[in-house]
Amino acid sequence: MLPAAALLLVFLTYPLGLGVWLGFTDARIGRPGIFIGIENYEYLWSDAVFWLSVFNTLLYTISASILKFALGLWLALILNQNLPFKSFFRAIVLLPWVVPTVLSAIAFWWIYDSQFSILSWALQQMGLIDHRINFLGDPENARASVIAANVWRGIPFVAITLLAGLQTIPQSLYEAATLDGASRWQLFRYVTLPLLTPIIAITMTFSVLFTFTDFQLIYVLTRGGPVNATHLMATLSFQRGISGGQLGEGAAIAVAMIPFLLAAILFSYFGLQRRKWQQGGGD
Amino acid sequence: MAATETNNRPNTDEGGMGYLQSLPRRVVTVYLPLLIFVIVLLFPFYWMTITAVKPNLEMTDYANFNPFWVVHPTLEHIRYLLFDTSYPGWLLNTIIISTAATFLSLLAAVFAAYAIERLRFSGARQVGLAIFLAYLVPPSILFIPLSVMVFNLGLYDTPFALILTYPTFLIPFCTWLLMGYFRSIPFELEECALIDGASRWQILTKIVLPLSVPGLISAGIFAFTLSWNEFIYALTFIQSSENKTVPVGVLTELVRSDVYEWGALMAGALIGSLPVVVLYSFFVEHYVSSMTGAVKE
Repeated sequence: MLPAAALLLVFLTYPLGLGVWLGFTDARIGRPGIFIGIENYEYLWSDAVFWLSVFNTLLYTISASILKFALGLWLALILNQNLPFKSFFRAIVLLPWVVPTVLSAIAFWWIYDSQFSILSWALQQMGLIDHRINFLGDPENARASVIAANVWRGIPFVAITLLAGLQTIPQSLYEAATLDGASRWQLFRYVTLPLLTPIIAITMTFSVLFTFTDFQLIYVLTRGGPVNATHLMATLSFQRGISGGQLGEGAAIAVAMIPFLLAAILFSYFGLQRRKWQQGGGD
Repeated sequence: MAATETNNRPNTDEGGMGYLQSLPRRVVTVYLPLLIFVIVLLFPFYWMTITAVKPNLEMTDYANFNPFWVVHPTLEHIRYLLFDTSYPGWLLNTIIISTAATFLSLLAAVFAAYAIERLRFSGARQVGLAIFLAYLVPPSILFIPLSVMVFNLGLYDTPFALILTYPTFLIPFCTWLLMGYFRSIPFELEECALIDGASRWQILTKIVLPLSVPGLISAGIFAFTLSWNEFIYALTFIQSSENKTVPVGVLTELVRSDVYEWGALMAGALIGSLPVVVLYSFFVEHYVSSMTGAVKE
């Protein structure tokens, strides 16, 4: 117990506290800061770029999570069918989740290249568009592009965990419901979904947390640009704190993420509790 | 593999009610969407591979060459990557750092998980919960204070900076996984050993650990993959080119101003992904079952 506790205390709890403390100082790289109260937060409160990054983060998290959930659930339902080469499919489906994010993001960077984008080329060949799409140069396109890349990476995790949940649902329930005359939609709505809710809640909590604090994908694809349109709180914190040297301000931005994360955790936690209680489970 | 499949779903005749669906309907509702999913999910890998072996001339000339195929495959980019850049060094760094961080975390996680599961000291439940919550603390909140600490400890720009900080996200995860495994080992075995006069240490090394080898393997693979993929700490704590890890090195060193060496970049991404993919493909069943198991807890 001791080694783990020591390591975690030194490198996790202490930094967390130090981070909160740094948020209240004007520390820079190479210079310890002095306490300046909530000045950093006051500054951020009136900083349009910070609010833009909050908006971006929320937009990014919400839209990416919804898409990941919908597509992931769909994929899970497909994989739950009796397919040939089932384990083979499960294995390839997980690939995007296994490879390092940065490296797959580099592949996306090349796919989104403004001149030689394969997507633009393919769409042009099909006659759907008449000029190249500026994937990462235009604010709206850049947002959509990073969300698409994030969804691509997140689907496997959602799909595989939900698949595990689906496999615990006994077939006999479906058979019984079918005998009672349930349609396919009713089967899904009244048998699959309620039984899957607990695992959905956990999976989506994880997914939301990791999307919210995402850093790598944005850093590789856009570095927050164009005109800060894709800056997330994590990337802004890095830019201000490390690249810009304003450790205190960067730490304040990072600390500002914590309330959102707590809200996400509590939301899903209580959602989970309520479901358990509805199903008559104890505890 | 077939055995686990049937174990997962007892009392189900294979396929459930699938036979009620006609073939054309299955094609539309199952095979077609599956095909699209697989194509979309795998396309970036295909594109990575094809770019890595494409000569520069073909890469930028879409008018004369179909970009989806390569006419004269070349190993030029890979040769450039391996002999004219610091790539092999990054690869070595990544291997060393990931391995060290994995072992450190596993060691700590074994003690922690065993203590929480079996010693039943007061507050063990709370510690277990705290460890789980620790897993939810994302690196993007911690990197700034950690960078201050790393700097003050004089670890900046050394591999130790990463070896010591990676366990912050590895230990909680491994502990969580191992707790599940230890819980599945029957108490009676340990009680027998106690009666036979074994000490706690002997119980741990001679009974619990051998029984939890599958758990250790999957926790190890997870930890290794996670530290291999880590980016933000490596980006923040490492300055000099020769100490970088693969993800950071590829991104920061191979991209020079406006000249993108796309071929070399893709080759670097591909080779950097290979070890985890290979590792993962050997243990895919472990991986899936322990991932879902960990989430189900």
